[in-house]
Amino acid sequence: MSNAGIRTAPAGAAASAAAPHAASTVPVAARGLTRIALIGNPNSGKTSLFNQLTGLNQKVGNFPGVTVDRKTGVSQLTPQHHAEIIDLPGTYSLYPKSLDEKVITDLLYDQASAQYPDFVVVTADASNLRRNLLLFTQLADLGLPLVLALNMMDVAAQHGINIDLDALQEELGVPVIPMNARKGIGVAALKIVMAQQLDAGTTRFYEPDAELLPMLRQIRYYFNLHNDYLALHYAHQFRHISFLTADDKAYIAELVAKYNFEPTPRQAQETIDRYNHINELLLNVVSVTRTEKAEPYSNRLDRVLTHRVWGYLIFLTVLFLLFQAVFSWASYPMELIDQGVAWINSLIQTSFEGPLISLLTEGVLAGLGGVLIFIPQIALLFAFIAVLEETGYMARVTFMMDRIMRKFGLNGKSVVPLISGMACAVPAIMSARTIENRKDRMITIFVTPLMSCSARIPVYTVLIGLVVPDQPVLGIFNLRGVALMGLYLLGFVSAVGSAWALKLIMKTKERSYFIMEFPVYRWPRWKNVGLTIVEKVKAFVFQAGKVILAISVILWVLASYGPGNALEKAEQQARVTATQQARSAAEVESHVASEKLEASYAGRFGHLIEPVIRPLGFDWKIGISLLTSFAAREVFVGTMSTIYSVGQDANELTVQQKLAAEKGLDGKPFFTPARAGSLLVFYVFAMQCMSTLATTYRETKGWTWPMLQLVYMTGLAYVASLLVYQLLS
Amino acid sequence: MPIRSASAQTVVAPRSVKDLRLGESGTICCLKDPEMALKLLEMGCIPGTQVRLNSRAPLGCPITLVVGEAADYTLSLRVSEAATILLKE
Repeated sequence: MSNAGIRTAPAGAAASAAAPHAASTVPVAARGLTRIALIGNPNSGKTSLFNQLTGLNQKVGNFPGVTVDRKTGVSQLTPQHHAEIIDLPGTYSLYPKSLDEKVITDLLYDQASAQYPDFVVVTADASNLRRNLLLFTQLADLGLPLVLALNMMDVAAQHGINIDLDALQEELGVPVIPMNARKGIGVAALKIVMAQQLDAGTTRFYEPDAELLPMLRQIRYYFNLHNDYLALHYAHQFRHISFLTADDKAYIAELVAKYNFEPTPRQAQETIDRYNHINELLLNVVSVTRTEKAEPYSNRLDRVLTHRVWGYLIFLTVLFLLFQAVFSWASYPMELIDQGVAWINSLIQTSFEGPLISLLTEGVLAGLGGVLIFIPQIALLFAFIAVLEETGYMARVTFMMDRIMRKFGLNGKSVVPLISGMACAVPAIMSARTIENRKDRMITIFVTPLMSCSARIPVYTVLIGLVVPDQPVLGIFNLRGVALMGLYLLGFVSAVGSAWALKLIMKTKERSYFIMEFPVYRWPRWKNVGLTIVEKVKAFVFQAGKVILAISVILWVLASYGPGNALEKAEQQARVTATQQARSAAEVESHVASEKLEASYAGRFGHLIEPVIRPLGFDWKIGISLLTSFAAREVFVGTMSTIYSVGQDANELTVQQKLAAEKGLDGKPFFTPARAGSLLVFYVFAMQCMSTLATTYRETKGWTWPMLQLVYMTGLAYVASLLVYQLLS
Repeated sequence: MPIRSASAQTVVAPRSVKDLRLGESGTICCLKDPEMALKLLEMGCIPGTQVRLNSRAPLGCPITLVVGEAADYTLSLRVSEAATILLKE
């Protein structure tokens, strides 16, 4: 229907008392804030625009409801007028193919929802207007008030594309604002338009076939919809619309069957009709003045970065650089933080006295110090990943890896969750939403926590530092860096191997796609990278910090008190034996302290589980740390630090020094390579993260997958540790 | 049910995008896989559009296409998906 005319939505089936669903009638003014949604194709600059509009006032919000993931922020449009801006995932059309795209239809189909936007800013890439207008025309046909933010005008100009803005505005029937969102050009003009009360444009680009109208009328009446096209979307997608009840769905299913409605060819025809209409419309709007233009630099760059040989070499180099950065470059600021905490600790200890001071130094500071020290490593890791994503390189990595990943039951797009999993599994699992195929997505979610996340860094660093000598390898690398990379590789290999095993077990009829637009290479916006770092470090320090603080305090109490007068008895007993052996005063105190710890609640608890972990080379002290770190891995180092602090007068020592000083029964260092290796391997595999389990639960909507993850990973950890300890010792 | 442009009703080209040589261009005639077609159409692979095979991934798959006469954008897709896009002539 390329000649679709202009039509206003008929006011026919207006609000009827009999209609089961009532539309939102709350006026904008009554709610105070204008609610504006940003919608557009991926890479059309939505998030740049969002940051420009909201400045630093953005907050990342996970709204109630399961798969909803959108950012909101407040923007000051004029001195008097504030608006709430909603940043949504990118999409190519209103027929979602993946979960992240569904967020948009969930928002736009429910007009009665409190979240329903007052109007939509459609962002479009001016250098690729034809394709970007597809989504625009769909949104216009829904009868939403729209503004078109025509972004990347500079890129279009570079390509010799001239856009007659007045003609475009005339054709589209809505305000069109030329912009360059990265540089902030056009933002002021957009704000002025946004501050106005907008009505829905009256231009329509596509009308459903006349033969469908009887069915659409019934849907419209039943749901009290104002618009045929919206009703058409209900007919297409009722199975996936989250707010419809089972009765609603049954009603539509009946209609669809009765009218013989076939969604696939209709959707295809609609898309073709829209493109035909867009082509006609753009004839008088866009002109290309093409000189003999050089090939776009992105294509030339791709020839090197995705080259058969160089492509993989460059990718490996990038990864190796990442590990060297995390391990070598980060060590200088880490040392400063470590010494700083130790210095404050000893300052407090020498200046004050009393039981609260012991809680503060042995419990709180020992625990917190174990966490703060890892800020530089975490910052560097997130910086690296942010840069890879910002530049567009990550898309090339998915491209190069697709063929390989497919062999293991994954998908090129699984590379993004897997690589971000090296920072944190929680956002990584959420990023798997872009994978259209359910099986690929489930497998990716399942194996992502096996990738070594930043919370494992503390454990890795401390233990590697303990048993791996600090010496150069091949002149440029550091043996410790190589060891760290080995652990990451172990995580990666186990993830891929597990995926392969799952691929053999899981069955699916669904197709797996890999149709993806390559973003043009861009320089990263350093402000964005900086914001990411600050946000992640803050989350790490405050979220992990809270848990660690609480656990440290509880541990300190459990380690300082025992049942009845068990501690006193242990102390007396220890003094007697120590005096008999005629030891020095310091040795007596140390012996007394360790006997007391063993008699405490924590000690008893540790002893209780010792039989289970002894084959892995772990003693009861490590056992306590293992148990506490099942909530979150970061807790391990804090716990070790607390446990080894209680009863030692060496609080100014760093965690690593404390562990190195620990002696076994035979008087030799307790942390042998076998023990440290066993513990390291345990931390590579074990599922010790409540947040990850909660995220898997949320993303898979059930307990099956998180429980499988917990059992599988813990089992893997146990077996691997057992093997390592038995083979090495 | 193949989806064709009006002008290509009678011509069913045997060649698909998969058969393009590196750097070679072709014009899309029709899409032969209805389910895949939905996604491809939305991404701009409309009958009548010109595409050029730009590169292959190191292991030969996926490939990248430059879509549109004005080289509007680069699309990556698997060889199996490219095989569903038939070319004119």
